[in-house]
Amino acid sequence: MLDFVQQLVSGIALGCVYGLIALGFVLIYKATEVVNFAQGDLMMLGGFFAFTFIGMLGLNYWLGFAGAVAAMALFGMLAERVVVRPILGYPQFSIIMATIGLGYFLRSVVGMIWGTDDFKIETPFSEGVLRIGSLVLAYDKLSVIAATIILCALLYLFFNRTTLGTAMRATSENMLAAYYMGIPVKRVVSIVWAIAAAVATAAGVLLAPITFIHSNVGLVLGLKAFPAAVLGGFGSIPGAVVGGVLIGVIESMAGFYLPQGWKDVAPYIVLLVVLLLKPEGLFGIHMRKKV
Amino acid sequence: MSTSDIILKLSNIESYYGPIMAIRGISLEVPRGRIVTLLGANGAGKTTVLKTISGILDPQKGSIEFLGKPIQRMEADKIVRLGLSHVPEGREVFPFLSVRENLMMGAYPRSDRDGIAKDLERVYGYFPRLKERINQPAGQLSGGEQQMLAIGRALMNRPTLLLLDEPSLGLSPILVKEIFTIIKRVNEEQGMSILLVEQNAKVALETAHYGYVLEIGRVVMNDTCERLMNSKDIQEFYLGAKEEGARGERRWKKKKTWR
Repeated sequence: MLDFVQQLVSGIALGCVYGLIALGFVLIYKATEVVNFAQGDLMMLGGFFAFTFIGMLGLNYWLGFAGAVAAMALFGMLAERVVVRPILGYPQFSIIMATIGLGYFLRSVVGMIWGTDDFKIETPFSEGVLRIGSLVLAYDKLSVIAATIILCALLYLFFNRTTLGTAMRATSENMLAAYYMGIPVKRVVSIVWAIAAAVATAAGVLLAPITFIHSNVGLVLGLKAFPAAVLGGFGSIPGAVVGGVLIGVIESMAGFYLPQGWKDVAPYIVLLVVLLLKPEGLFGIHMRKKV
Repeated sequence: MSTSDIILKLSNIESYYGPIMAIRGISLEVPRGRIVTLLGANGAGKTTVLKTISGILDPQKGSIEFLGKPIQRMEADKIVRLGLSHVPEGREVFPFLSVRENLMMGAYPRSDRDGIAKDLERVYGYFPRLKERINQPAGQLSGGEQQMLAIGRALMNRPTLLLLDEPSLGLSPILVKEIFTIIKRVNEEQGMSILLVEQNAKVALETAHYGYVLEIGRVVMNDTCERLMNSKDIQEFYLGAKEEGARGERRWKKKKTWR
């Protein structure tokens, strides 16, 4: 039972990171119908920014965290402006190739600047455990879960309580109508990219105590976050987080209870089963227009 | 009528969909406080004219002046901010946003809280049914209610000029009457100028003051609605009046006066 709870917590913690990356996929997809395959690499770059600020420049953890998030928000806007906006309106295929290319580009550039070694970020949560009776939970995992909950609550409030957030939802539901309302659609899309990159960075920094940061970490995690987004029903924000947590828990359970090798396969088996039974994903919604 | 009373002026506008010329040099004027209607069959270019005015399409040639400022090739969201709102064909509400959120999106360019609250009440006054459904997602409304929402949403911008594209589309005759009564009220009470595109020529001519008849991207006739209603061509081709010919049959191949 204790094992189960511990596996559950570490699965949820890992799943939160998947969920945060998946959230970026979904945000960008909903706003622009572009699937950003560089999402994981944005997370990786954010992690390296944080490593530079905290590990190399010796900034305070929270200051470095905030700095990395801010820098990546700007970078997200830049990526949208330079890579995606010029080819918007061309076939999906070109846009997907462009984001895959952006991912390759980021991985190589990071390799050139920081090298291909593993890096570790010292965080206030790197050590120490919480004991409840005989249950031992590491702070690093709990911090990921807590931060994800806070982040989701903030995003929920932003999207539902502020005019800009509502305008973003409006733009993602009907871009043409958003133009008719006088919503500055281009600026809204660029803010969506900023949020997606900022959330990815938060995921990267939170992940730091659990795994090392290296130039391929985004590729590996992006491959897990993508099915998380699909599982939740691509286009549903709560679905992305729930999908991420599910994938994380399944992976962690399979790693513990099943023979070796199942750990990486199990999430995809579950994904296939869910898609067979409920093709629109767990939280997917059918869009139907009334005439 | 002095020229300062013309709030919208199109001169020789030409618009294309890719290689296809949809508007072939249209000029028209909307005077302040008036309802002007564009009539014409499917494919005449009525909707394209509205899209060109509101900046969704850029004209290849010609100029558009709104309140004395040239607005051709301006970004759509900037044109809305100048006080020109467009109720698009097919309503285009935000389906998962609540009725209230949809209306608030209409007021997106504004920041005067008191004015917005007042206009919200005014819209609920025009369309009491929206008030009953204030927290429902717009996608759950009936077609008529969605049309009311689309019009109310545009009114939330308190525009100087309202572009209305086919407000009667897919609605029952009773609802059409209701909506056009409100369009008239908005025009009379707020002095809002309206450019109305409508397939239902009868109700359009009854509502508007002045009309333009479009055919394949050109203006073929323009006059006051009273005179248009009495025109033989309009009666026969748009209002469905049957004229008994010499042989007691309806003429199918009659030349129109402008051909």
